[in-house]
Amino acid sequence: MSSAAPPYGAITREVVSIPPHFPARRTWWMLFLFSLLLLVLLVVSLAVLFLRGPGIWGNNIPVGWGFPISNYVWWLGIGHAGTLISAMLLLLGQSWRNTLNRFAEAMTLFAVTCGALYPIFHLGRPWFFYWMAPYPNVMDIWPQFRSPLTWDFFAVLTYLIVSILFWYIGIIPDLATARDRARKRRWQVFFGLFALGWRGSASHWARWRQAYRLIAAIAVPLVVSVHSEISLLFAAGPIPGWNSTVFPPYFVLGAAFSGFAVVSMIAVGLRSMLGLKDLVTPWHLDMLGRLMLATGFMTAYGYVAEAFTSAYAGGPEFETLLDRVSGPYAWSYWGAIIFNFIPLQFLWLKGVRRSPLPLFAIGLCVAAGMWLERYMLLVTSLYRDWLESSVGYYHATFWDWALYAGLIGLFLALFLLFVRFLPVISAFEVKAEKAEEARHG
Amino acid sequence: MAKGKRLYAVLAEFSRAEALLDGARQLRAAGFDNVEAFTPFPIEGLAETLGFHDQGVPRATLAGGIFGFVAGFFLQVGVNLDFPLDIGGRPLVPPQAFMLISFETMVLCAVIAAVASMLRRNGLPRLHHPLFDNPRFHLASDDRFFLAIMAGPGTDRERARAALEQLSPATLTEVFERHGP
Repeated sequence: MSSAAPPYGAITREVVSIPPHFPARRTWWMLFLFSLLLLVLLVVSLAVLFLRGPGIWGNNIPVGWGFPISNYVWWLGIGHAGTLISAMLLLLGQSWRNTLNRFAEAMTLFAVTCGALYPIFHLGRPWFFYWMAPYPNVMDIWPQFRSPLTWDFFAVLTYLIVSILFWYIGIIPDLATARDRARKRRWQVFFGLFALGWRGSASHWARWRQAYRLIAAIAVPLVVSVHSEISLLFAAGPIPGWNSTVFPPYFVLGAAFSGFAVVSMIAVGLRSMLGLKDLVTPWHLDMLGRLMLATGFMTAYGYVAEAFTSAYAGGPEFETLLDRVSGPYAWSYWGAIIFNFIPLQFLWLKGVRRSPLPLFAIGLCVAAGMWLERYMLLVTSLYRDWLESSVGYYHATFWDWALYAGLIGLFLALFLLFVRFLPVISAFEVKAEKAEEARHG
Repeated sequence: MAKGKRLYAVLAEFSRAEALLDGARQLRAAGFDNVEAFTPFPIEGLAETLGFHDQGVPRATLAGGIFGFVAGFFLQVGVNLDFPLDIGGRPLVPPQAFMLISFETMVLCAVIAAVASMLRRNGLPRLHHPLFDNPRFHLASDDRFFLAIMAGPGTDRERARAALEQLSPATLTEVFERHGP
């Protein structure tokens, strides 16, 4: 047992004083104005979509699934890393997660929100999206439960609600800390309401821990189920290039890969913006780099397995593979390979993993590479059939890009508001970690 | 100042988690069974020392999960029987195809039950509490550790004070119930 108690007060001050004494107001406002501009683009592109219908997009026959579905898969994939960092590492007793879990979970919430909006916009009549819910209605019509599309509705809704609850009960003790430190009346009321009267009594903590660990244990298989479900939308159809048994694990690992890339970018960004250099240390960046490297190789296994099975199966499967690597959309295939796996190799070097800028750059490459992968998987399987009548090309239109940029703006705006008003790092978990370290020397 | 107000607890403040844990053990050994602790983070073994064995949250989670699974499964069965559609001769009640939604409803109900039972058993949400009036108590969410002997019908106030005094706390204060509703 060491003689000096760990500096709990310093941790409180560093984390909890961020919202009332925000250190980077100018950077924050610049980023926020940028995201508001993108939000304007979102509102305009949605207005045009509602007035004129999905015809404004590049979707056509045979490519009925364009940007909306590939971006949906991409956004949800990003979200999964937050849950995995938070829940899986909690269960494995990896206490270094404590500095990362709060903002990784926030990333999950906002990415899932952006992702979940896409299928709704894709419906054509998005204001009837609630028809996917099983509710007794006068038309006596129910959702089709033997179709993967309804599975998706339940999976995403469950995932969103569970992510919100997990994130919220994880933040309650820190909201109580913020409430007790707040000087201004408006902060006291704001934090006081959302802290729900938390007092940190021993029985509070004991029950909180039971609930938190149980939810974590349920959330890990939930991530696997959600992304497997998404991949079953593809794999359950008899379309060459999709109809593959490797899809569920391949999608889940690719999701984790892209998500860890975005968590790394956010960790680097927050660290420099909020001056959290003692809390988010090079060691944390190192661990994120390792996670990216590991999931990157698992994703690469998916590429190899997919190519091998189509070469082994022959016929249309093999022709689709050849078309992917040399057809008109070969840029998306090779783009995915290059962006996902070439910069990734630099992560073998400890120096690269520990330096913020290279890690950020590699994360950006992976996020772009995984986006290209989702695009490639979708378009190359659909645009050319074995019938003359179902051959056509897909090109995203201005409105496709506008909606995508607008949703990135929505994500940024929500995330910036979170950074501005809530404790971005789990102070009490960092304190508990320091206490354990002090106890074990 | 304390006239007319009912005692809620006697509160001792410590600056170290180890002192709190030792104090809790000593009070329990001295026969106090109404000891409560307030800490800025969860402390390994503290709840057990204070005699916490509530398994209500895990039980509620299990019950929620079972309810969610059964409800989700039979929702799908009921819907398919209510509006039968013959699609490629597939069975109306295919358990394999129903597993995914049953799993999702199971997870959803288990998690909602876990959070709801955690809040309810902890007596949350609550906007105010007698402890919040104590001028030192806000440190319980920062870097201080508080041990309290809660007032009850059988609590001897002087004996409680003396027992806490023996642990040589940083401060020793009394907390009173609020007036009014």
